[in-house]
Amino acid sequence: MARRVLPGLPLALGITLVYVSIIVVLPLSALVYKAASLGFEDYWRIVSSGRALASYRVTALSALAATAFNLVFGFALAWVLVRYRFPGRRFIDALVDLPFALPTAVAGIALTALFAPNGWFGSILGEAGITVAYTPLGIMIAMAFTSLPFIVRTIQPVLEDLDPALEEAAQSLGGSDASIFARVILPLLTPAILAGVSLAFARSLGEFGAIIFIAGNQPFSTEITALLAFIRLEEYDYQAAAAIASVLLITAFLMLAVTNILQARALRYTARG
Amino acid sequence: MASKNRKPPRVGDQPGFRRALIAAVLVVTAIFIVAPLVVIGVQAFSQGWAVYATAIADPDTLHAILLTVTTALIAVPINTAFGVAAAWAITKFDFWGRRFLLVVIEIPFSISPIVAGVAYLFVYGLQGLFGPALQSADIKILFALPGIVLASMFVTAPFVARELIPLMQAQGRDLEEAATSLGASGWRTFFSVTLPNIRWALLYGVVLCNARVMGEFGAVSVVSGNIRGQTNTLPLHIELLYHDYQTAGAFAAASILAVLAVVTLVAKVLLERRGAGRGGRPTLAANQTVPETTT
Repeated sequence: MARRVLPGLPLALGITLVYVSIIVVLPLSALVYKAASLGFEDYWRIVSSGRALASYRVTALSALAATAFNLVFGFALAWVLVRYRFPGRRFIDALVDLPFALPTAVAGIALTALFAPNGWFGSILGEAGITVAYTPLGIMIAMAFTSLPFIVRTIQPVLEDLDPALEEAAQSLGGSDASIFARVILPLLTPAILAGVSLAFARSLGEFGAIIFIAGNQPFSTEITALLAFIRLEEYDYQAAAAIASVLLITAFLMLAVTNILQARALRYTARG
Repeated sequence: MASKNRKPPRVGDQPGFRRALIAAVLVVTAIFIVAPLVVIGVQAFSQGWAVYATAIADPDTLHAILLTVTTALIAVPINTAFGVAAAWAITKFDFWGRRFLLVVIEIPFSISPIVAGVAYLFVYGLQGLFGPALQSADIKILFALPGIVLASMFVTAPFVARELIPLMQAQGRDLEEAATSLGASGWRTFFSVTLPNIRWALLYGVVLCNARVMGEFGAVSVVSGNIRGQTNTLPLHIELLYHDYQTAGAFAAASILAVLAVVTLVAKVLLERRGAGRGGRPTLAANQTVPETTT
């Protein structure tokens, strides 16, 4: 059984528990307490108001669209980085993490500058009749930018570890590339893809800094939930801010549970294979 | 090569498909990742060096830089100490609730920074738990440096710990146990045995933590009060300039953070070459980092 020969448990665990309590648990408990003290009727009235519902819709739909985009682009990116050798591959590989390293406010103004009607891409898209900035499409682009690394970095290692023998076996049995991809490669990657998708989606639901610059922030159309909580705070409506923030918190915990289950399954899968 | 040629190419390795896919990915990457970085530089220097230099030397911008650096100088070392302590406790000992503690440490990853900011308001704000008591004691936490530091520590709480935990878990406890059984003290064991083995992963965590602290926007935006020249960190100052239609100034300030991001990426690549960052995949929770130890 556990022999406790190493010293330092009281100190290390003490620091950890104090830090986690003060920095993480206390504020979240305070938020839950504040939201709970509203009473069910007031709480429900705030979180089910038309403006709040519209914000959930635009947030969730944009996050879905961003995740779908990243599923395709992120998968292709991971595939290209793992399976092909080409000049600049390492450079692209390093760039994948830019959305993690670049502060969200900087990403926000950069994307706005690109996609605004007079921007590099915005002017081209404008001629095609597509407006990105200050529409839900802009929200989607900001979300897709900030959550891209989640998909690439979850799929990449699993793709790297894929046993070539499986593909060779399928090839020797006469499978076409398309059928080998669909019936051998994709099933093996599915757990990682699902885990990456849930991470990217969760990140998109909570994103704030990158979005508010490009979104236009019009109530009922381009106002995300996190911004609504922020606006209620600026109006000194603390109860509404607490209630709406608690909705985001509950969603985050739900996504955390989903991700945990998916990742545990992904791990079991890879451990067996 | 000759013997390999008898095998069919791997799935997706036909030259046409391969080239098309690489080209497509490069184009989207250029539009989606490279262009934002380039546009910052172009916009920052759109009115020439002189305007750029004036924008950077603006007293409010300089103050924002100072505040951001100060915040990082406080938050990052405390966070690092916490990360090392948490990793030591979680990987070197078995205790009840260890897995739960891991999940709690990683919670900030999954929470919107706005929620974090609002939560801090309900602790230290006037309408919060300690607000009234703090006010009567004349202690200012919100809308001041302490609030900014606390919010930054929330959003980065998992950064150092999650880099160390998978590594220290993999390294096991044998070396430390050998050192202490030979009479080394706990601190000596840590500094001479553990630290040399984890230094690159530790530095990796510190670099990522620092980038996030210096760039944090949402959480800090709630707790700082946005007082120009007083509680504006660099990301907040960018927003303020941008909404003031001082585009060149906003992008000049943004270029500083963009350089920080590039430096962070370079440091990340260099540290990954030394083996750091391999243990952690992107995650919202640490479920996979510590396999259940069977007793």
